[in-house]
Amino acid sequence: MLDSNKDALKLEAMKRIVAMIARGKNASDLFPAVVKNVACKNIEVKKLVYVYLVRYAEEQQDLALLSISTFQRGLKDPNQLIRASALRVLSSIRVTIIVPIMMLAIKEAASDMSPYVRKTAAHAIPKLYSLDPEQKDQLIEVIEKLLADKTTLVAGSVVMAFEEVCPERIDLIHKNYRKLCNLLIDVEEWGQVVIINMLTRYARTQFLNPNINDEDEEKEKQAEVSALAKRKPYVMDPDHRLLLRNTKPLLQSRNAAVVMAVAQLYFHLAPKAEVGVIAKALVRLLRSHSEVQFVVLQNVATMTIKRRGMFEPYLKSFYIRSTDPTQIKILKLEVLTNLANETNISTILREFQTYIKSMDKDFVAATIQAIGRCATNIGEVRDTCLNGLVQLLSNRDELVVAESVVVIKKLLQMQPEKHSDIIKHMAKLTDNIQVPMARASILWLIGEYCEHVPKIAPDVLRKMAKSFTNEEDIVKLQIINLAAKLYLTNSKQTKLLTQYVLNLAKYDQNYDIRDRARFIRQLIVPTEKSGALSKYAKKLFLALKPAPVLESPFKDRDHFQLGSLSHLLNAKAGGYQELPDWPESAPDPSVRNVEVKESVRAVGTVTYRDTGAPRAQQTEGSRGCSFPRAVFNSCGPARVCPVNTFPTNRHSSAPPLILISASSEPDTGSGSESVSVSVESGSPSDSEESEESSESDEDEEEEEKEKKKKKKEIKARSKPDVSFQTIAPSSALKNYELLHRITGEGLSVEYCFSRQAFSPDANMVAVQMHFTNNATSDTKNLHIEDVKLQSGMRVKEFAEIELLPAGEATTAVMGVDFCDSTQAANFQLCTHTRKFFVSIQPPVGELMRPVFLTENEFKKEQSQLMGMNEISENLTLDAKCRNEHAIVQRVTTAANLSRVPCGSDKECRFAGKTVTSGSLVLATVATKDEGAAQLTVNCEKMVIGTMLVKDLLLALTQ
Amino acid sequence: MLYIKTVGAIFFRFTYGLTLYDGIYFCLRVHRSAGGSSVALLPFWRQCWQSAAEMIHSLFLINPTGDVFLEKHWKSVISRSVCDYFFEAREKAVTPENVAPVLQTPHHYLISIYRGKLFFLSVVQTEVSPLFVIEFLHRVADTFQDYFGECSETIINDNMVVVYELLEEMLDNGFPLATESSVLKELIKPPNILRSVVNTLTGGSNVGSSLPTSHLSTIPWRRNGVKYTHNEAYFDVIEEIDAIVDKSGMTVFAEIQGVVEACVRLSGMPDLTLSFVNPRLLDDVSFHPCVRFKRWESERVLSFIPPDGNFTLMTYHVSSQNLVSIPVYVKQNISFFDSGSSGRMDITVGPKQTMGKTVEGLSVTIHMPKSVLTVDLTATQGNYTYDLTAKVLVWDIGKLNPQKLPTLQGSLSIQAGVPKPVENPSLNIDLKIEQLAISGIKVSRLDLFGEKYKTFKGVKYVTKAGNFQVRT
Repeated sequence: MLDSNKDALKLEAMKRIVAMIARGKNASDLFPAVVKNVACKNIEVKKLVYVYLVRYAEEQQDLALLSISTFQRGLKDPNQLIRASALRVLSSIRVTIIVPIMMLAIKEAASDMSPYVRKTAAHAIPKLYSLDPEQKDQLIEVIEKLLADKTTLVAGSVVMAFEEVCPERIDLIHKNYRKLCNLLIDVEEWGQVVIINMLTRYARTQFLNPNINDEDEEKEKQAEVSALAKRKPYVMDPDHRLLLRNTKPLLQSRNAAVVMAVAQLYFHLAPKAEVGVIAKALVRLLRSHSEVQFVVLQNVATMTIKRRGMFEPYLKSFYIRSTDPTQIKILKLEVLTNLANETNISTILREFQTYIKSMDKDFVAATIQAIGRCATNIGEVRDTCLNGLVQLLSNRDELVVAESVVVIKKLLQMQPEKHSDIIKHMAKLTDNIQVPMARASILWLIGEYCEHVPKIAPDVLRKMAKSFTNEEDIVKLQIINLAAKLYLTNSKQTKLLTQYVLNLAKYDQNYDIRDRARFIRQLIVPTEKSGALSKYAKKLFLALKPAPVLESPFKDRDHFQLGSLSHLLNAKAGGYQELPDWPESAPDPSVRNVEVKESVRAVGTVTYRDTGAPRAQQTEGSRGCSFPRAVFNSCGPARVCPVNTFPTNRHSSAPPLILISASSEPDTGSGSESVSVSVESGSPSDSEESEESSESDEDEEEEEKEKKKKKKEIKARSKPDVSFQTIAPSSALKNYELLHRITGEGLSVEYCFSRQAFSPDANMVAVQMHFTNNATSDTKNLHIEDVKLQSGMRVKEFAEIELLPAGEATTAVMGVDFCDSTQAANFQLCTHTRKFFVSIQPPVGELMRPVFLTENEFKKEQSQLMGMNEISENLTLDAKCRNEHAIVQRVTTAANLSRVPCGSDKECRFAGKTVTSGSLVLATVATKDEGAAQLTVNCEKMVIGTMLVKDLLLALTQ
Repeated sequence: MLYIKTVGAIFFRFTYGLTLYDGIYFCLRVHRSAGGSSVALLPFWRQCWQSAAEMIHSLFLINPTGDVFLEKHWKSVISRSVCDYFFEAREKAVTPENVAPVLQTPHHYLISIYRGKLFFLSVVQTEVSPLFVIEFLHRVADTFQDYFGECSETIINDNMVVVYELLEEMLDNGFPLATESSVLKELIKPPNILRSVVNTLTGGSNVGSSLPTSHLSTIPWRRNGVKYTHNEAYFDVIEEIDAIVDKSGMTVFAEIQGVVEACVRLSGMPDLTLSFVNPRLLDDVSFHPCVRFKRWESERVLSFIPPDGNFTLMTYHVSSQNLVSIPVYVKQNISFFDSGSSGRMDITVGPKQTMGKTVEGLSVTIHMPKSVLTVDLTATQGNYTYDLTAKVLVWDIGKLNPQKLPTLQGSLSIQAGVPKPVENPSLNIDLKIEQLAISGIKVSRLDLFGEKYKTFKGVKYVTKAGNFQVRT
C-alpha cells in the first residue's frame, strides 16, 4: 500500500504501522518502504513517517540517511513552522554521522528570525549533546547566545538545555539573571519549573543567607542584645529580592509543579519571616490528585521539621480520611506529628484516637508510633499518652497490642521508676501476646527494671524457661538477658532457673543464641577460672541505658533540594545537582549589571534623588527587623540600578555607635594628645546606644561618659586649630567592630582606618586593629587565616601576636587592597584555640587618600571630569553644620580627603585619589543662603563617585 | 578509549526509487576508533546517552489486568520489561491507589499515576522534579479526556494513531512542548463522527492542514480567527464541601473548595473582566494562566483573554476560618453484637443548612469491614446495593424530602468465628444543591472589551459534597 499513488492508501498503511509501534510490536522490516515516503506531500502521511523515522532511525542508520536531504530542504523553508518541524525531526534522529549537520542546523536556527524556530533549536541542543558530548563547547556557545534571547518562548527551553549541557557554567546566567526573573511570569509553565529550579541554585551561590542572623541567634541563645545590635545587619541583595518578588505570584499557578518549585525556592532562599506564604499554596495542592498529594506531603513533612510554625494554622487540613490511600495516611500522620506542640497536642491526640480504630492495620501501627513520638517530644502529655497506650494493651487486635508494647517500652525507658505498675501489667500480657517483637520488648523491660518488680520478675522467667524452646530467636535472646540480669540482682531465687535457661540455650539451633549463652555463662557464673570481667558483670548488664530518641524519618532530608526526585527517595538520583551552601560573602553583584555605561549615571542620579536621604532614614527606622524591607519595596523601577545597592549596603554596615578613639597621633597641629569624637552616622539610635551601654560594664560606661564630656570640651576648644588642617590623615577616626567580646569569647577586636600610608605596599589601605583580651585567660598566637577575597583584592596580614595576656590590649596594622570597591575582605581570625569568621568592609571614604592641589589645579582637573563623571546634588545643611569649619570637619570625617585652599568662603573644596587606581576624587560643597548647599563630586570612577556623594550627603545633613 | 578523528568529507550522491535527489551533497564526518574498527561506535554513543540528563524517557499505558497496551519512547527504546518492577509493587499493594507513585529500580525511576482505571507509567533516568512528571501525566490524561470524552482503554485503542500523534506533539525529547489544548487541537483535530465519515469519503485527514498560529502568538491558549454566529460565555461556579463530621455530629473540619468552570464561545480576541460581589471571601486562589494576576492583586477582579471553549478559569478555597454551613445531618447507629455474628444498622439523613434549596442526588457510601458478609436492610426512600467483593454499601437516596426523612435500617451478618470489627465504618456522603454556592460567593458582572457584539452570558451555581465524611 505504501507504494501506492493514492494518499489515502498510504495513510491507511502508515496508520497501521504506527499502531504497531504503539503496541510495542516490531515494524523495523518496513523501514525502506516507509522512508521513501518522507517527501510525501500529504501532511498527515508525512507526520506519521516522521514518527516512524524517529523510532527506528538508530537501528537502521544507513537507510535513515536517505531522509536527511528532505529535512535540510525543510530547514530553508520560508514557513517558520516547517523550519521548526524539520529541525525537530532532524535532531531527533539518533544517527551519529549527522552530528555535523545537526550542529550546523542548530547554529543557524539559533539566529533564526522566528522565536519558535529558536525555541526548537534550544530543544535540539540536549539531543545533540546526548548524541555527541564532544560538541559541548560549541553547544555552550549556542546556549549563551540563546540565553540572551528576550522572548518568553525561548527562555524555558534554553534554560532546560543549559541544565542538561552545562549546569556548572553559572557564569552564563549572570547577565541574564534579571531578564529571566522579569520574564518568568510569562514563560510557559514547564519552562517556569526549570527556570525556578535553576535560579534556586544560582541564588544559593550568589547571595548571602538571609537568615544568617537568626541562625546565629539560635546557636547562642544567651547572646546579649548588644551582640545582636552590633552585628552587621544583613541587607538583602536587590536581585535576591527581585527573584523572590517575581516568583511569588506563581504560587497561584494551576500547575502543581510550578507551585512546588516556587515553594522550594522560598524554602531555600527566603528570609524566615517570608517563607510562610508558601504554606497556603501547598495546602491547596493537597486537594489535587493523590499522586500530587503524595509528593507534596513528603515535602511538607520535611518543611515541618524545620519551620513548624508555618503549617500550624493548617493543622486540620492534614486530618486523615478513611478513604485516603495508606501511603497518604502515613505521610499525613508524619506531618501531624511534626506539628504537635504543647498547645495543639490535645486536639491531635483526640484525632489520633479515632485513627487507632481504623481498619487499616498498617496505619494503626503508624499511629501508635506517632503517639509515641508526640509523647517523647512533649513532656506534658507523656503520662496521658502512656495511659492511652496501656489501654490499647487490652485491644483485641494483636498487632495493635504488639506495636503499643514496643512504643511503651521506649517511653518507659525515660522514667522507669514511676511506672512499675505498667511494667507489672505488661508482665501479665506475656501469657497472651504472641508477636515476638512485643514479647521480646516486655522481657527486656522486666529484665531492665527487675528491681522495680522484684516479685514478678522471677515468675516471668520461670514461665519463659518453660516455653523457651518454642520461642522465636529474638525472644530467646531476651530470655537469656532476663535470666542474666535476674541472676545478678536476685541470684537466690533465680540461680537454678538461669542455669536451666542457659543449658537450654547451649543446645539451641541458632548459633547466636548458643554464643550468647556461652558468653553470659562465663561472665556471670563465678568459677575458679573466671576472668577479671565477671567482677564487672553487674556494671555491664545493669548500666543505665540512654532512652531511645524517636525521630522523624524526614529529619535531615532537607539537604536535598526540596521537590526533587532525590529528596523524595532520600537518595541521590543520577544527575542531581547539589544545592550549594550559602557563600560566606556575596560575590560581586555587579556581574549581573547589563546597563550600558551611560545609563548608569542617569539612573544613578535619579535613584539618588528619590531614594536618598529620606530612604536612609527609613532604613534606620526599620533596623529592628532583620532587613530593611521597606527600602526595597519602594525601590520601584530603580531596582536594576547597581548604584542603588552600594549606599544601602555601606550605610547599614556602619555600626550605630558613638565611638571615641583616643590616639596619640601628631596630627592636630597642637602636638598634644588629640581626641576626636566621630559623628554618628546612623542617627536616631539613641535607644540603641543606651542598650549598648547598658550591656557594657557599669564602670566603663561612666568612664566613657565622662570622657565623652571632656572630649567634647576639648574639641570645642580646639576648633580653630582643626579648621586649618588641610592635608592630613585627618581628624576623626571611626572605630568599627570586628569581633565582639561575647562572640569572641572574651577577645574583642575593633578596627579603624588609620589613614596612614601603609608602608609595605602603597596600594593598600592601612587597617589598624585594636585587640582587647577581656577573658580571664591569655590568648596566644593571634593570626589571620583563610583569607577570602574578590578577585584582585589583596591582603597583607599583620605579624602574629604571640601572646595577649588577660585584660591587656594591643594593636596591629594590616593592609588591604580593596581594589577601589567596597567589597568586604573576609578572613578567619585565629587564636590558639578558636577561629572566628570576620570581615572588614570599608566605607567608600576610606578608599582614597588625600592629595594636595591648589585651587587652579583643582579647577583644571575638575573641568576634565565633567559630564558623566560629575554628580551633583542639592542639599540642606544640618543646623549644626552651617559654618565652614563644621563642613570641613564632617567631610573629612566621612572621607579621607584633604581640603583645597580657596579664596571664597562660600565654597569648600576637597581632593583625594583612590588608593588602588589613583583616580582623582574631587568634592565641592558650595553653600548658599539658609543652609542650602550644593555638593558636587567629580570622579572618574562613577561608582565611587555615587557612593561618595551619598556618604557625604549623609554626613552633611545629619 | 576511543580516538576519534575527522577523516574527511565524503561527497556522494544517491538515488532512491523514483525520486532523484539531484545535486544534493552530504558532508559527513566519519568517526573511527583507534583500532580502525567502526563496530565500537554504537555502544559508544549509547553510553553517552545514558549519562546525559533528561526528562521523561518513555511512557507505558497499563490496563487493569496488568498489560501494557501502549508504549511511546521519546528517546532510545527502553524495553517494557522495566514495568515488571511496577507490577511487583502493584501486586503488593492492596488497591491500585496504594501503589507508590515513585518507584526506584536499578537503572530507572518509575513515576506513575492512576487515572480512570489505567496506569500511566513514565520512565525517567535521572533527577527530575517528580511533580513535574506527575503533573504532565495528568495533563496527558486530561487531553485524552478532552479529545475523546473519556480516558479508557477501549477509547485509546480505537484512537491509537491520534493518541500517538498527540504524545508526539506534547513532548519533545522528553520535555513538554505543546500542552495547551488550543494548540493541540490546531495540530491534530479531535475526531468526531461527521469528520470521520467525510474523511473516508474524501480521503481527508484529521491532521490540521494549516499549521497552528497560537503557537506563535503571545497568548498560546487562544488561536486567531475564532468565529461564532452566537457569541456566548457561560460560567459555572461549583463548590465542593470537604468536611469531617464526628460521631456526635460535631464538625471536626470543614472547608469549601470552589472552581469556576467556563465555557466561552466568543469570536475574535475578547478581553473579559469578571467581578465578584464579595471577593474577600476567597481565601486562596489559583488561576488559569490567562488570568492577569496583577489585576487580581490590586482590584480583585478576574481579567483575561479566554481560551476558546471549555476551561477551568480559577479554583479557590474558603477556609475553615469562616463557618462553613453543612447542608445535611446524619443520624446513624451501627453496632456489631458480640454474640450471634450479626450487627444492626440504622441511618437517617436530614436537612441542616440548605438555604431553602432542595438537596438532590443524595447518596451514602459505606466501606464495610471485611468481615461483613451480607446486609439485609430496608430503605424508606431510594434503594441500596451491596458489593460483596469490595464490601461497599451504596445507598442511593435521590432528592431529600424534609417532611419525610429517608432512613435505612436492618441487620448485617458477619462472618462466623471472626472477632467483631473494632471500628465502625465511616459514611461518605454525596449530594448536590443546584442554584446555590454554599460559601455565598456571587458573580456581580462580566464585561467584554476589545470586541463589539452582543454576548449571551450566564452564571450557574452548584454545590456538591467533596470529601464529606461522617465518622461513626
